[in-house]
Amino acid sequence: MKKFLAVLHARNMEFLRDRSALAWNLAMPFMLVIGLAFTFSSGNKDLYKIGLIGGSEKLHIVAPTLQATQHLQFIPYDDLNTALGKVEHHQMDMLIDVSGAPKYWVNSSSPNGYLLERIVWGAEGKNFERQLVQGAEIRYVDWFLPGILGMNMMFACLFGVGFVIVRYRKNGFLKRLKATPLGAFQFLFAQLISRLLLIMVITTIVYSGCNLFIEFNMQGSYWTLLLVTTLGAMSMIAIGLLIASHTASEELAGGLLNLLTWPMMLLSGAWFSLEGAQIWVQKLSLIFPLTHMISAARAIMNEGATLSQVMPHVLVLSLMSVIFIAVGAYVFKWE
Amino acid sequence: MPPIITATHLVKQYPGVLAVAGIDLAIPQGICFGLLGPNGAGKTTTIEMLEGIQQQTGGTVLYKGEPLGARYREEVGIQFQHTALQEFLTVRETLELFERLYHRTLPIAELIELCSLADILERDTRKLSGGQRQRLLLALALINDPELIFLDEPTTGLDPQARRNFWDLIKLVKSRNKTIVLTTHYMEEAYALCDEIAIMDKGSIVAQGTPEHLLAEHFGDVVLQIPAADSGSKLAELGLNAMPAGELLEIRTNRLHHTLQLMMDNGVNLDRLRIRAWTLEDLFINVTGKKLNP
Repeated sequence: MKKFLAVLHARNMEFLRDRSALAWNLAMPFMLVIGLAFTFSSGNKDLYKIGLIGGSEKLHIVAPTLQATQHLQFIPYDDLNTALGKVEHHQMDMLIDVSGAPKYWVNSSSPNGYLLERIVWGAEGKNFERQLVQGAEIRYVDWFLPGILGMNMMFACLFGVGFVIVRYRKNGFLKRLKATPLGAFQFLFAQLISRLLLIMVITTIVYSGCNLFIEFNMQGSYWTLLLVTTLGAMSMIAIGLLIASHTASEELAGGLLNLLTWPMMLLSGAWFSLEGAQIWVQKLSLIFPLTHMISAARAIMNEGATLSQVMPHVLVLSLMSVIFIAVGAYVFKWE
Repeated sequence: MPPIITATHLVKQYPGVLAVAGIDLAIPQGICFGLLGPNGAGKTTTIEMLEGIQQQTGGTVLYKGEPLGARYREEVGIQFQHTALQEFLTVRETLELFERLYHRTLPIAELIELCSLADILERDTRKLSGGQRQRLLLALALINDPELIFLDEPTTGLDPQARRNFWDLIKLVKSRNKTIVLTTHYMEEAYALCDEIAIMDKGSIVAQGTPEHLLAEHFGDVVLQIPAADSGSKLAELGLNAMPAGELLEIRTNRLHHTLQLMMDNGVNLDRLRIRAWTLEDLFINVTGKKLNP
């Protein structure tokens, strides 16, 4: 424990005294959240999203004109409650169920829902049974916040740990540590905890700071959110450790980290929702810890999801953390 | 003295390169042992196998008769040729970091005094001069009060004054009955510090023993130096094989009395004659056929 704490303290000091890196870690997410909040404050949708239960073939039979109408995106759902939740939070403009007698739900306070209802009536939808749901709109910034914070955490986790260890290896500091009784696991665990503490503190500061200006939506428990983000950060740091476990080349490490961060950035739902994307893309996105962290965080913040409701994400993130740390420590090379 | 560390038929094979070709070493406790050799001779590879940093391809290394293990890490001190330290830490914080990595340590105050670090304790390690940095690295190598200390070219890049100060430090450490294994390019450093040396070339040890013994073994004669202007062409007439060395002529002879008498009898001006002692550099060139390139 003494060795672990010594390395942990030294790494923390190194990070905190590197003023330029610290400033960048704090300023970048602030600027992104504030900038994007203003940029997208007027909304970014140029088509209507309609949840569909019962399948497109059935819809084709009961409402072919509606189905053929342009600029409508039909998103298939199996679970009524999940789909209704989206309509409640204005994440979807309407839900149509054609599995039995056709009916639809709109949010009575949604302008998009109101307009879409007129479009649906103009097609075959006039005969559909009308249902109303209630619920406040989730602003784009509320939807976007977990993504932007998650993405910032991803970069800080992967590059902050991966590059640092590769630099240590390249300049011979790891070799110097190898000559001491310090074990590989003690060293790696200290790096992980150091980075985790710093990222969580920085993320909390950024969230709290932005919250002063924007007042984010928070329906669920902060403790559950903390657990999810901690596990998400831990799993991404563990990936950074794994990538840095062998290489002494900053170029190679940078390439590998980019290879991982770009798909994760695009497919984890940080920038845009994957609803309506190909099924295989949605399945593929589940291999990324960022997907689970962002999904769980959005569910907690915007839908008030409880710990048990986000437990699948918690378990996946925990498993990823354990596997990546274990493999990283096993294959770790000091030189 | 029993050997503190022994290497038996130590081999290191890289793809296409035999870096160390089966060397045997037994380093007695309490001495300063010098490992010398030209660039690429296999010194650093050998020392890193002795340190347990590199795994040997073949052969064994024993510390106090036992294979290298956890105990070895606790009891050995190492100063690498190239080492980086944790950035943004002061000298004091760096000492404290390494102190916490060992079970048994020297008091930091003692190390500070031993290595003359008092004036730079609060300085960022990135802002140290070459000599200050080497003193800190030596302090880190000594922090666990090791019985065996490896110093891999510790004075390379230092100015002559800093180098000599560092020698005094090494002598001080040696006086504490520590065993030191030193690699160096500087032959005068090896001569000043080492009780025993081994010269490596092409992965093998080509000469080993005390500096005096090796010099006596390889050089039975002496070298006389006379300014070329003073001797004229007389030396050639006397049948003495005088080789030019700058503005001097050098005469190698194993019959000193006879040679001097011959020159005096023939009127050679001996006022500025000097007898040059053989050095380890001569020995090095003699056994490796190469000049040193520090």
